[in-house]
Amino acid sequence: MVTGFTQKESAFAVTQDGFYGEFGGAFIPEMLYANVEEIRRKYMEIMGDTQFQTEFRDLLKHYVGRPSPLYRADNLSKLLGFTVYLKREDLNHTGAHKINNTIGQILLARRLGKKRIIAETGAGQHGVATATVCALAGLECVVYMGAVDIERQAPNVARMKMLGAKVIPAESGSKTLKDATNEAIRDWINHAENTHYIIGSAIGPHPYPDMVPRFQSVISEEIQWQLQEQTGRDYPDYVIACVGGGSNAAGAFYHYLDDQRVKLVLAEAAGKGIDSGHSAATSILGSKGIIHGCMTLLMQNEDGQIMEPYSLSAGLDYPGIGPLHAHLIRTGRAEVHPATDDEAMDAVIQLARTEGIIPALETAHALAVLRLNAGPDAVAVLCLSGRGDKDLNTYLTYIEQHKIEL
Amino acid sequence: MQTIRESILKKGRDVLNIYFTAGYPGPEDTVEIIRLLEAHGADLIELGMPYSDPLADGQTIQRSSEKALKNGMNIRKLFSQVAQAVNTTSIPVIMMGYYNQMLQYGAESFVLDASAAGIRGMIIPDLPMEIFEQEYQSLFESCGMEISFLVTPLTSEERIRKAADLSSAFLYVVSQSAITGQQGAFSEDQIRYFQRIESMHLSTPVLIGFGIHNAETRAIACRHAHGVIIGSAFIRALEAEGSLEDKVENFMQSIR
Ligand SMILES: Cc1ncc(COP(=O)(O)O)c(C=O)c1O
Repeated sequence: MVTGFTQKESAFAVTQDGFYGEFGGAFIPEMLYANVEEIRRKYMEIMGDTQFQTEFRDLLKHYVGRPSPLYRADNLSKLLGFTVYLKREDLNHTGAHKINNTIGQILLARRLGKKRIIAETGAGQHGVATATVCALAGLECVVYMGAVDIERQAPNVARMKMLGAKVIPAESGSKTLKDATNEAIRDWINHAENTHYIIGSAIGPHPYPDMVPRFQSVISEEIQWQLQEQTGRDYPDYVIACVGGGSNAAGAFYHYLDDQRVKLVLAEAAGKGIDSGHSAATSILGSKGIIHGCMTLLMQNEDGQIMEPYSLSAGLDYPGIGPLHAHLIRTGRAEVHPATDDEAMDAVIQLARTEGIIPALETAHALAVLRLNAGPDAVAVLCLSGRGDKDLNTYLTYIEQHKIEL
Repeated sequence: MQTIRESILKKGRDVLNIYFTAGYPGPEDTVEIIRLLEAHGADLIELGMPYSDPLADGQTIQRSSEKALKNGMNIRKLFSQVAQAVNTTSIPVIMMGYYNQMLQYGAESFVLDASAAGIRGMIIPDLPMEIFEQEYQSLFESCGMEISFLVTPLTSEERIRKAADLSSAFLYVVSQSAITGQQGAFSEDQIRYFQRIESMHLSTPVLIGFGIHNAETRAIACRHAHGVIIGSAFIRALEAEGSLEDKVENFMQSIR
């Protein structure tokens, strides 16, 4: 049974016209209407099809390597004083949770008869995951990536190229994820008929903020039975995830959204500090508005100009947040904690040394907010969204600059 | 005073709507450019509110927006420049911008202040028709603010009719499924699409925009509609060296 794929009763389910409370919707120019409307009309039916689900499940199992382990991190638990499980999305093929969504969307694109795939990417993980499924499906792949991110995530750029994708630098604005997304949307406008846009996070016009979490919901579905097996209880006290646009967090929260016993914790990137002027802490610095086709929280000035965010982590360097998360935050269902570049880097080194796992820099923000005020009996599940190979350059440079003794 | 719609219908053909970004090339050029455009034969002015993330725009308009923002252009300034311009201008000024700009200003004050400044119409490409109907139509009507919605070659006939009905100024026919700034000749598909819209005999006047960049594309489009909207090509002309006067005059000559 693929629970994320069926419309279940949930206080946090999307409405007919694509809203989560006051957030969501599809605020797009007419040039995108036909494409977005086609997906909106068809996605639930396609995803509900048994054949589709079988293909999706088979690929997740035999190609991606799911289920990903749920690992009880005893050394880390001892340090923190409560039990921590790591949901090992870093062990997926391509090294992050992103592939859960790209597998789903490539199957969808095929059923929509699309011949060409585009994607945006920040850290390059979504770009790699998209290039991978395009190679698998034999479809043309174009990935937009900010010029700054092309520099700082070079290994992923090389991987995308090896996989046969064309990587196009986005040179506008801050040359990061927001700008790559703008370019991808413009490409989609220019190639509306033959192209499917695989958005990599829980952002964009409806139905993407609903569809992407459904594909990612395999994460919390597995957490449920894995926890049951290991602890005799199918829910934790806390689920913790980092949030860029919010796809790994949405996937990790999905089956617990309505379970008030489970506290949902988001970590967002504070960059050099909330008040430093170099931050991507959207929930604190943001206000309600429209970015990339949806109503959500975003960083903007009083004239509605979108501000350029900053984070050392390319995957969290985004001025918005998915509308589901804006709703979870504004209704108090989820709490958000900021983590700075420095705190994230400390967490990288700590996890490497205590558990022998080098996490992605994005994930490290979740690890950095793990000092919860929890009792010794508490059980926390942290979504280890990706592995750190892509960030080695950044890590080594940081370690050198800060004269950290290894 | 004539409405935008009435003025288009009165002229009937070859209506020329010129777009440029407020605050470009210089922060205080807006008023002068409007004056020059009118003097050289423009029938309507479409004034762009520069935006940080103009999704529907190609590089030319992106560049002009970026420059205008660097020049310190903002919405209040734009209103006051229009208020100044309309003292000496008789052709209607329409404002084009993105919905987030309207929301952050406060949607109601935005429309009322724009109207008070003398702005007569609006084009907000990412404002869904359904939301306009539910939330803003009566506000627009109450202050005589006209609006135009966009249609593209992929818009269904039913939706074209709806957009035409809701467009109190004119229907904005986007010439192809593409962002602004394309520079090719029209394809047969595009001509067939113009003919398809013509044959719908809409009561709303029709202007064709996107990709009109020279006398030829203008003339062809004018055969199938009440007129055209030219944007990127004019911005490119403004990018050149020379006085505003010369640039506007030369450009208006070039599209004759
Ligand atoms: C490993 C990893 N985690 C998290 C993210 C953030 O994205 P999201 O918030 O959609 O999970 C990224 C994005 O690039 C990533 O690569």
